[in-house]
Amino acid sequence: MSSPDRLVYMANQIGMFFKSQGHDKAVPGIADHIKKFWDPRMKRAIFAHLDAGGAGLEPNVLEALTSLKQTISLPAAP
Amino acid sequence: MSLIEEIDYGTPRSKSETMVTLTIDGNQVTVPEGTSIMRAAMDAGHQIPKLCATDMVDAFGSCRLCVVEIEGRAGTPASCTTPVMPGLVVHTQSERLKKLRKGVMELYISDHPLDCLTCGANGDCELQDMAGAVGLRDVRYGYEGENHVFAKSNGEVNAAWMPKDESNPYFTYDPSKCIVCSRCVRACEEVQGTFALTISGRGFDSRVSPGMSESFLGSECVSCGACVQACPTATLTEKSVIEIGQPEHSVVTTCAYCGVGCAFKAEMRGEEVVRMVPYKDGKANRGHSCVKGRFAWGYTNHKERILNPMIRERIEDPWREVSWDEAFSFAATKMRGIQKKYGRDAIGGITSSRCTNEETYLVQKLIRGGFGNNNVDTCARVCHSPTGYGLSQTFGTSAGTQDFDSVEDTDVAVIIGANPASAHPVFASRLKKRLRQGAKLIVIDPRRTEMVESPHVKALHLPLMPGTNVAVVTALAHVIVTEGLANEAFVRERCDWAEFEEWAAFVAQPKHSPEATAILTGVDPQVLREAARIYATGGNGAIYYGLGVTEHSQGSTTVIAIANLAMVTGNIGRPGVGVNPLRGQNNVQGSCDMGSFPHELPGYRHISGDAVRDQFEALWNVKLNPEPGLRIPNMFDAAIEGTFMGIYVQGEDILQSDPNTKHVVAALSSMECVIVHDLFLNETANYAHVFLPGSSFLEKDGTFTNAERRIQRVRKVMSPKNGMADWEVTIALAKAMGFEMNYSHPSEIMDEIAALTPTFTGVSYAKLDELGSVQWPCNEKAPEGTPVMHIGGFVRGKGKFIVTEYVATDERTGPRFPLLLTTGRILSQYNVGAQTRRTENVVWHAEDRLEIHPHDAEQRGVRDGDWVRLASRAGETTLRAEITDRVSPGVVYTTFHHPDTQANVITTDFSDWATNCPEYKVTAVQISPSNGPSDWQKSYDEQARHSRRIAPAEAAE
Repeated sequence: MSSPDRLVYMANQIGMFFKSQGHDKAVPGIADHIKKFWDPRMKRAIFAHLDAGGAGLEPNVLEALTSLKQTISLPAAP
Repeated sequence: MSLIEEIDYGTPRSKSETMVTLTIDGNQVTVPEGTSIMRAAMDAGHQIPKLCATDMVDAFGSCRLCVVEIEGRAGTPASCTTPVMPGLVVHTQSERLKKLRKGVMELYISDHPLDCLTCGANGDCELQDMAGAVGLRDVRYGYEGENHVFAKSNGEVNAAWMPKDESNPYFTYDPSKCIVCSRCVRACEEVQGTFALTISGRGFDSRVSPGMSESFLGSECVSCGACVQACPTATLTEKSVIEIGQPEHSVVTTCAYCGVGCAFKAEMRGEEVVRMVPYKDGKANRGHSCVKGRFAWGYTNHKERILNPMIRERIEDPWREVSWDEAFSFAATKMRGIQKKYGRDAIGGITSSRCTNEETYLVQKLIRGGFGNNNVDTCARVCHSPTGYGLSQTFGTSAGTQDFDSVEDTDVAVIIGANPASAHPVFASRLKKRLRQGAKLIVIDPRRTEMVESPHVKALHLPLMPGTNVAVVTALAHVIVTEGLANEAFVRERCDWAEFEEWAAFVAQPKHSPEATAILTGVDPQVLREAARIYATGGNGAIYYGLGVTEHSQGSTTVIAIANLAMVTGNIGRPGVGVNPLRGQNNVQGSCDMGSFPHELPGYRHISGDAVRDQFEALWNVKLNPEPGLRIPNMFDAAIEGTFMGIYVQGEDILQSDPNTKHVVAALSSMECVIVHDLFLNETANYAHVFLPGSSFLEKDGTFTNAERRIQRVRKVMSPKNGMADWEVTIALAKAMGFEMNYSHPSEIMDEIAALTPTFTGVSYAKLDELGSVQWPCNEKAPEGTPVMHIGGFVRGKGKFIVTEYVATDERTGPRFPLLLTTGRILSQYNVGAQTRRTENVVWHAEDRLEIHPHDAEQRGVRDGDWVRLASRAGETTLRAEITDRVSPGVVYTTFHHPDTQANVITTDFSDWATNCPEYKVTAVQISPSNGPSDWQKSYDEQARHSRRIAPAEAAE
């Protein structure tokens, strides 16, 4: 994942599915999906991107990732 | 071990529950109403002589050999066409009957060659048996008269004689041996549904005729083998039987091609396969087969099969054949070295959906337990992963809801994005049988597939633009909801009502109507409305779908939309209805069940669950990683990034089957250790450092799980040609890496699976031997398995409606790439073709062709058979064009069975939002005339040839 672009794209794609369920369902839905299906290095990379301002992330996705980052602890990078 | 002889009852089983008692030869017999006297007699153990009757087809009453006497009735009725009645008194043997039968046989034999000793059917000929049964000792008519037997008669050319037709690669048609019983014609019609055969002429001129008196190969025959199976003489005979002779023992096993999972008898002589014959008791196929399972098993001893382990330091080097021990130690050192250098998560593996459940289980166990991470995935990633996600969200289980028998109770079948006639042919035959009885069919597919129009079948076809599934399925829901066709009682009882109301309000919005979405989907709104009405109100509605649903950016969304549709109409939880994903590979259902996905352990339980992990940790004696691992496309990305450097690939050709070949090449080339475990040097092996030879399904024990969740035994009929079954190879590799797994037989692996997986607790080899097969869930609640799921309530509790907003894919057409490419399969070839290309099946499909509409072809100056350049944003290739209106203007189509076509150079990185299942089914392309292979094809071919070199063995001192 040399560039975060692909991860941002994937995260926004997930966001797009949940969008029609409304903000209150979408944010936890997105966070849960990424928590369940993304490998730790993907999570670390998207969190790093988030720390760098999270350019390109849709609002719901940005919010979901921000809350997810606070709730999970990832193993350290090798 | 002996030859399994299945009883032929002469006529099909009656399904009636009303029982009738009669007397046959002094014995009281009780059978279901509608049973023939012939079958009732066989039930009582009395075999009435017969030639034109066999229980795979309806009675015909033409040979008159099965005549009987019934007290109080005049004459001698045929027992095959006479149904039982209460109180009948039947005699199957009398002086009059003996005389009649002998007379019939005399006539038959007077026009039949007497070359029994050298005949291919010697030992397996019903005509011979019947001659014996009726005591035929003399043929008063002689053989000199008019006949079909001799090429010349009285020195003159015999116009009635026809030479053998050997055009089909797998069986011969010898008209001189034909007794015109028409069993082959009826098998083609009733069992297969192709109607390729007929009887031409009348009386003595009657001949079996493929098509309009064509050769078998030139006719519309699909080589399913039903006619060969039905033939009572040597008229239609497997070429392998003619070459080898009659088999002496047989073993029941399961086909290793598609997800239908047909049961076959492997008929053997020693360790040589003589033929594969579909097994009548097989609950998936009920005695039927297709050209692949029946005939295309020759790849198992193809000359290109690799039987020795090989290694090399660099992929530019030639392969070096080594001992198993050296290969394992080389692989283990490399993989452990990568983990030391790049971290524990830098390696992973791919389980095979072609291998057994037990083998798949071991590979994921090796990865989770031995590698210490969850970087395990399987080819379901690129086919039905959205099914797993979508159905578990809505219903609570990641699998189809029905068994195949369910189709016999279906009134309306809806096929979405699937072409069972090509990809699941035995199921297609069973469906067509039901359609000929009057069930309705709706086909939602960009292409006019073989299912849309076939003999006596005409579907309502919704030819949508590729990529608009969600819009179409949501529009169907719109019609059902707004026209008041919803099954409210079902929804109130079985589903979450608040979620339903929210969903119903969503689909009822005018923007989801067929009229509003027609501009995107290209589907006539009136036709769509009609389809919705038929599905909602036409009785038992069953949805069958394939990769045309899943392999999209919105694959998971479409699966959810389909589940919504079944719930809103109440088409769930009984025979004849349901949501049925047609799974591609023989064991792709099983590989998913066995924990091949990076986020879940066997039985679809998320890896983050502490209780589940504890259970596995205790039995495996290791610590498991609670974080999900990489999925296949993520592995490729991570490889290019430099954090994923080693992979063990069992029985899958990721380079040919995965999208955007250039990306896959870049990923594989970045890795430091690629271990390929396969029968052949496949395309992936061009980038491998270790090659571990695999064993075929004929060479090992295990189980496969088909699309109906049916677990069936695979039985070893010969020793592994490579020396080791695949499960033994994985155990040895694990051992070399310091992870011990001890099993002496695959049954012990299944016992471990049963101990750890709640839906498998009742499964054991003993039970499979006893029942033939079981469908999971199989546990204390359902000791004999579960044919139909969600009866009385959903597995997850309440059925969950989820809104499905249509989102256009980012793969768009435009001025540079104005056409949409979609991909599919053909009957005679299977998946990447690794097996079928190494059989005679290539006579039907020697190359992949590009289907293009006449309008698009004319605009580009492309004629039928021309080479064309096919280009997308990802890459370009060349192949030959086939001009046809099966595709709509603006849509082109090809298959991907041949590596030199390189169809996946064209496909892109876009994938399903939920599962990363690639979007194979939509690629924007442009077509132009071409005069030969693209530069990419040339360089690929060059690399492949270079990479496949095997160093000659060094001369002994």
